[in-house]
Amino acid sequence: MTPLLVVRNLSRQFGGLRAVDGVDFSLMPGEIRAVIGPNGAGKTTFVSLVCGRYAPSAGKIVFDGEDITDMPAHLRVRRGIAYTFQITSVFANLSVYDNVALPVQRTLTDGRSRGAVRQGVMEALERVGLDARANVPAGALAYGHQRLLEVAMGLALKPRLLILDEPTQGLSDSEIEGFITLVRDIARDATVLLIEHNMQVVMALAHRITVLNAGRILAEGTPPEIRSNAAVQEAYLGTVREAGA
Amino acid sequence: MPFFPHLLLATLEGLVTSAVLALTALGLSLVFGVMRIVNVAHGEFFMLGAVLAWAITSAITGHPALGFAAALVLSPLIVGFVAWISERLVLSRIEYNPEATIVATIGLLYIIQQLALTFYGPEARPVTPPLNYRIQLPWFGYSGYKLSIIAASALLLLAAWFVLTRTRIGLVMRATQYDRETAQAFGIPVGRVYGAVFALGAMLAAIAAVLIVPISQAHYLMGLDPLLLSFIVVIVGGLGSLRGTVVAALLIGVSDGIVSVFFSPTLAKIIATLLVALVLVFRPQGLFGTATK
Amino acid sequence: MSGDGTAKVYALHAAVIALLLALNFALPEYHHAVLARVLVLAVFAMGYNMLFGYAGLLSLGHAMFFATGLYGAGLPLYHLGWGVPAAFASGLAAGLVVSAGIGLLALRTSGVAFMIVTMMFAQVFYLVTLYFGEWTRGDEGLVLQQQARQVAFGETTLDLTNPTTRYLLAVALFAIVLFATLAVVRSRHGRVLVAIRENEERTRMLGYDTFTNKLAAVVTSGVICAAAGAAYALLFGYVGSTFASVQYSILPLLWVLLGGAATTLGPLIGTLFMYYVIDIASGYTSAYMLVVGVVLILLVLYFRKGVLGTVRERWVRWLP
Repeated sequence: MTPLLVVRNLSRQFGGLRAVDGVDFSLMPGEIRAVIGPNGAGKTTFVSLVCGRYAPSAGKIVFDGEDITDMPAHLRVRRGIAYTFQITSVFANLSVYDNVALPVQRTLTDGRSRGAVRQGVMEALERVGLDARANVPAGALAYGHQRLLEVAMGLALKPRLLILDEPTQGLSDSEIEGFITLVRDIARDATVLLIEHNMQVVMALAHRITVLNAGRILAEGTPPEIRSNAAVQEAYLGTVREAGA
Repeated sequence: MPFFPHLLLATLEGLVTSAVLALTALGLSLVFGVMRIVNVAHGEFFMLGAVLAWAITSAITGHPALGFAAALVLSPLIVGFVAWISERLVLSRIEYNPEATIVATIGLLYIIQQLALTFYGPEARPVTPPLNYRIQLPWFGYSGYKLSIIAASALLLLAAWFVLTRTRIGLVMRATQYDRETAQAFGIPVGRVYGAVFALGAMLAAIAAVLIVPISQAHYLMGLDPLLLSFIVVIVGGLGSLRGTVVAALLIGVSDGIVSVFFSPTLAKIIATLLVALVLVFRPQGLFGTATK
Repeated sequence: MSGDGTAKVYALHAAVIALLLALNFALPEYHHAVLARVLVLAVFAMGYNMLFGYAGLLSLGHAMFFATGLYGAGLPLYHLGWGVPAAFASGLAAGLVVSAGIGLLALRTSGVAFMIVTMMFAQVFYLVTLYFGEWTRGDEGLVLQQQARQVAFGETTLDLTNPTTRYLLAVALFAIVLFATLAVVRSRHGRVLVAIRENEERTRMLGYDTFTNKLAAVVTSGVICAAAGAAYALLFGYVGSTFASVQYSILPLLWVLLGGAATTLGPLIGTLFMYYVIDIASGYTSAYMLVVGVVLILLVLYFRKGVLGTVRERWVRWLP
């Protein structure tokens, strides 16, 4: 099976700081891959390079056999990469419906068909459980629901690779349970790349885990392998041991 | 006059322009640097400084130097006060939102300009220079007062540099510029700092105007040119950079002087404005500026 | 969600046009002439609203686009003896070229830099009209003669100096632009512009080419403003540098803010109101721009949304 995403020697510098330093990474279709690491490890920078928000200082990115290293962000989105923001970035003044309508209308070839837009929007909203709140202004939603709206917008793009950046931050325990179910459901049609700090979620969902530290890959493997990896434990100062035990 | 002395004369004229421009532009740069707002009424503070200078020197009889000295002190203070009130009443209320501030300062521009029209009138009026001797160079005589403008400006710029980099007040201003929220968390009264900075910016423009008014004239529309030139200087020199402002003011003042003497002033302005617009498009941080945080 | 109001919206706009047509017969001569002028300037404001209200880009250089249409139509008519339709088309074409060029440059910046860059390009344009005074007569301007402002249609001739003809043509232009902006605003492109205004980064990450969309907005805005400028030259017979000065960049901003940014009918309200306020004020003092200054500050402090914006927020939610 050919990888969906291949990254070779990817680097990004900000002045003197090497936020991402020579990373080799690949992702298989249908995988749920979690990227973890201490704060400042470069996780968000890494996925931002993949989805095109930043241009790399060096390296190559190949998505489904196509070299997208120089491709602008909006074209990568059209190729099937969707990114949900770490810091919630919805259209606060627009309703939940209108928020999701924007990605939906772009994926339809006939964006004028009101029926098709409505169907696409409600489908996405139902999957995350926000269909009852379709007419609420997005800025008025509770934080946890705004995170779900982000996911709905990502889903509405019908992506092949969905990148979730700390999606459970600010969610209550019961909401996190629901979220885990949602991601398993999403992974049936799409590949998921997940940045997470919540080890429970990581261990429950991930097929494989990549650990970043100071811009480099520290370790890669299945959850049990990572849990028992001494270097990872050291980098986290015991966090992995606590959550996994 | 043969070419080289003509060039020297143009350069001296350019230096005078630069001296005044550097002070005016520094005022604008300070306000943008610390408060992150564009004050479109900056030119009107300049004009107000000149108009008040005329009013004060007309009111004080006796040797022109007396009236001028009074104007040099009082005019900036009054202009600073007007600026401070505008900041407290309007700008702080709109929370320094960039777009709203532009609109509000445009409103301020029209108010100040038209009040000047009503109370000062549409005529251009001269102010007597405080000094009246000419320095005799081998090729031409040159006004001693003009040379003293250059000296005065240099002194003021040095003082500004000193205050900004070596005093506590300067540190407070630079801290507020760098990170407003953290400054607040450290107990710095951001609102009052902003009021003071806005007033200071206006006062710098006013002082520059008082210096130049004896050799030009006070007119209610005289604010537009300094505004545009200050913009140009601030953009070319880079925001938040005192050194950049001075260098850019020198560059622009002297070249404007030279081009205006040898070519048409309109053409000079066209080229200058166009060049600066292109600098802003292709190199937004200017020549010396640092990219914003 | 926007489907249910369609009939109401179009009915409202049609009613406004009908009212304007009816006023042709009801208004006394002075106000008739004023309204014709206001309508053309309102088209200018609608063009500005396209960029400022909907796309969220504050330009301080729109006098440049208005003047491009003004000179684009006026100069060929005056110097080359072109007919009215050709001159109008020339104004539009000039507007298209200039707005595309300026857009490609200025859109590399954003926020405050965009405001300053547009202001500077407009200033250059203004200075250029002065520099080439040989052809433009600068501030003094050119008066377009009555004989030149006639349009022949087979047997009949339209005389653009005739008040009624002028008024009806102004209404026609206004109506076309009004319905055009309404269509754009309710279209997919219009929704994308609003999204870009609300959160550009997010819109980009939803797969939209934000640069191209913004460029389209600049060009649409520029062409509409040029149409207003060209119409102004042809209908009122005067072309001068004042229309390229910074004042004519600030006035549309004022009109749009007052009437309500991002509303289709706001620009008309704002232009109409401000025109009469200035008209009345200049009867009392030569410092009438003082009123403009005060209004701007009051607007920005208390009525950010303008007249129709506030109306829409409080009472009439479906107002476009």
